[in-house]
Amino acid sequence: MIEEVFSVELPVGEKLVIKKNRLTGKEPFSKRLAIVTGIHGDEFEGQYICYEVARRIMGGIEYFNGTVDLYPALNPLGLDIADRKIPKLNMDLNRMFPGKKNGTTMERVAAAIIDDISGADMCLDVHASNIFVKEIPQVRVSEEFADKLLPYAKLLNTDMVWTNASATVHESTLTHSMNMLGVPSMVVEMGVGTRIDRGYGSQVVDGIFHLMKEMGMWDGSVGEIQYPAISTDGEVEFIRSRITGVFLPTIEHNHYVTKGDKLGEIVSPLEGRILEEIIAEKSGLVFTLREYPFVREGSLLARILTGIGEE
Amino acid sequence: MHKEEIYTVKSPYREDMTIWGYRFGKGEPAACILGSVRGNEMQQMYICSQLVRALKELEANGCINANKRIMVIPVINGMGLNVSKRFFGVEDMDINRGFPGKVNGDTTDRIAHGIFEKIKEYTYGIQLTSFYMSGEFVPHVRMMETGYQNTSLANLFGLPYVVVRKPSPLDTKTLNYNWQNEMTAAFSVYTNKNDTIDEESARQAVAAVLRFLTRMGIIRYESHSGYISHVIMEHDLTDVHVEMGGIFKGLVKPGEDVRYGELLAEVIDPYEGFIRETITAPTDGIVFFAHTEPLVAQGDIAYRLIHRLHL
Repeated sequence: MIEEVFSVELPVGEKLVIKKNRLTGKEPFSKRLAIVTGIHGDEFEGQYICYEVARRIMGGIEYFNGTVDLYPALNPLGLDIADRKIPKLNMDLNRMFPGKKNGTTMERVAAAIIDDISGADMCLDVHASNIFVKEIPQVRVSEEFADKLLPYAKLLNTDMVWTNASATVHESTLTHSMNMLGVPSMVVEMGVGTRIDRGYGSQVVDGIFHLMKEMGMWDGSVGEIQYPAISTDGEVEFIRSRITGVFLPTIEHNHYVTKGDKLGEIVSPLEGRILEEIIAEKSGLVFTLREYPFVREGSLLARILTGIGEE
Repeated sequence: MHKEEIYTVKSPYREDMTIWGYRFGKGEPAACILGSVRGNEMQQMYICSQLVRALKELEANGCINANKRIMVIPVINGMGLNVSKRFFGVEDMDINRGFPGKVNGDTTDRIAHGIFEKIKEYTYGIQLTSFYMSGEFVPHVRMMETGYQNTSLANLFGLPYVVVRKPSPLDTKTLNYNWQNEMTAAFSVYTNKNDTIDEESARQAVAAVLRFLTRMGIIRYESHSGYISHVIMEHDLTDVHVEMGGIFKGLVKPGEDVRYGELLAEVIDPYEGFIRETITAPTDGIVFFAHTEPLVAQGDIAYRLIHRLHL
């Protein structure tokens, strides 16, 4: 059933409406899973996830127990124009949680989202990467909640689970707020901004059904899932540009490299020459690779998960 | 006056963006003043440019006290100013949410780090800045409640108000917060405008900064004594929200006295021109902040009032 979570009147003949689709099976109050996405308006991977989860549940409704709430568009104005932030306000919605019930309009939106998800047994916040880098399917959990979340994160059929140290600003994210409220919450991330990778999406949806089975919400069959590489910040090698120019990768994303391999080059279109060759300083899996060609000093080119062998 | 390079950002398509600092006097690092960190902070840039002009004259007349050094950085995000973008680069990052920065971080982290390393040693830090909500303020000095804040010092600017804000997690990345962490007495000075220049409030801000520098024994400058500031906590302000979206017709300005029940604004229907809503004062008070954009959404803050306790 489509429900309105929050609605606010915009200046000219339109409302900002946040909707959810509530799917209920047997014993609807037994368990509730919330799947949210579209906090960043330039990320569309979650659109496929919501569609596919709804499609599979409705196709096997007899196997479904409890409630799944799907929130495909938490930042509808941003999604409409592929703007990562909240248009006009130019702020990141995922830095505004838990919001304020009597605050500014968007603080009220954030508070309403928190209020609506509260009480769920699990919350998955699905992100694509931004438009700059491509990511393999991964779950990100903050160190603070890792012990509690890792058993669930492993079920999601992603290639990797990254437990990262929580920067202070992460305290303003939806998942942090939900975890603080006692709702186990994880970020699922894959692909690249403004695109949908159906293969990645289906892989994660398989994982979501595994998670639902574990939670007692799905009695139907589920396929085999892979177990992810578990990493901490210390095992992730960041490769950043040391120069300004245009980045041309020479490897594929999701590819094992060994120390000394060439990952790409930064070139000058004006001068027609290579400014810098990017060489891997450690061996591992390239789980992040730059898609957006223009780079400045400091731009992220790749991330390598070290300490694992090629399988 | 000595002009020095603080940090340079390269671009393949544009000229380098060099952040320039203007140093006056010699000896201990006494005061640092920053202007436009965002690409729409034109008033802040203008105020700093006028400070450079005034300090150059004072230095020529021997009015910078012995063993006192002042640094003024009028413009940080020059690239943004030239293309009317508030935040930096294609990543659209807020430099004022990047402090203290990281030497090996992304481009914005590196800019913030490069600046912060040059300015963190100063005893007093003054940032001319803007708020995330667009609108007009009564000129005031704003401080973070970090435990290190000193409102008595903020009084010495002689502006009408000193506002103390309880920091949110996101505020921990601002320059003001990080300056205070490094034991710099940090002050954010707000005038009534950002992306337009208001000569009167710019003059007031220049006078306030020069007054503060005089009172701290850094320069010798004859000025009137200014206001005895009223210290207020941000959470004590009374927010006046609109209940309907439409065209906003504000009837009172920052600094004006209002009485309970007085008409403050009207919201006009954007199609048919009738008055959809009248907004009245919920209390006796002084207008501290006023929404000034022509359009307003349901729930937006139209005004923030300083509740008047004594008539």
